[in-house]
Amino acid sequence: MSYSEIERQWTTRLRRRFVRLLPPEKLLPDNQPTYVSSWIYVFGVTTLSALMVVIASGCVLAIRGPQWWHTSSVGHFVNSLHLWSVEIFFFAMVVHLWGKYFMAAWRGGRSMTWMTGVVTFLVSIATAFTGYVSQTNFDSQWIATQAKDGINATGAGAYFNVLNMGQMLMWHIVLLPLVAVLLTALHVLLVRVKGVVPPFEEHAKVNA
Amino acid sequence: MSTFVNYAAIFPLTTLGHYIHWHFIQISVANLTVIVLMVIAFIAALVLPFPGRSRRKENR
Repeated sequence: MSYSEIERQWTTRLRRRFVRLLPPEKLLPDNQPTYVSSWIYVFGVTTLSALMVVIASGCVLAIRGPQWWHTSSVGHFVNSLHLWSVEIFFFAMVVHLWGKYFMAAWRGGRSMTWMTGVVTFLVSIATAFTGYVSQTNFDSQWIATQAKDGINATGAGAYFNVLNMGQMLMWHIVLLPLVAVLLTALHVLLVRVKGVVPPFEEHAKVNA
Repeated sequence: MSTFVNYAAIFPLTTLGHYIHWHFIQISVANLTVIVLMVIAFIAALVLPFPGRSRRKENR
């Protein structure tokens, strides 16, 4: 294969485009600007860490099933681990959101980073909601019957039936986590491409 | 199982939750507690010094 043929291959062009967009030193940096050494920048990675525990504990719950998480001590523990990691996930994500909102983190061409964060937040709420109606207990039945009128009022009830336990479980363990994890990965990659947003006083210097 | 029941008994989960009413606003004490903790964490993150920050500034 000639050099010009290699140059024309879509794999070569795609690889070069990726490397140009996100060189290894930007993808996995070994240092950060001084302004990142603040507690307010910690909540993004706390959210990511909590998400990993959510996914891992959710996988264990999926392997063993409802009978196990309702009746055994270890099942109760993993079930609680799943719940409390979700609580920490939302807690850290909301503080992260507040921090980024008051920093106006969409500055410097970071609008897509901001918007992927917003959509991930909304998808996370839907994922948590389907989790609450998939607990297979009286609490989940109560939440589902309370929510059905609200969902039906939006017209979404024909496609998204909160009283359909099987459908809600599939949304909770397949569709929504897939979207949430993909969006989170895209969000983190965009942070790596554009860099962490600088404080207002540093903005002019960074963009000079 | 008995250990789990003992720990669970610290927080009575079988009773009705406590709610705060103020005009048209109604919120459970549990949700309000989480919101207050988030505000505290947010303010603390802004004012508490980050370990090694002064050292990094000196190296800059």
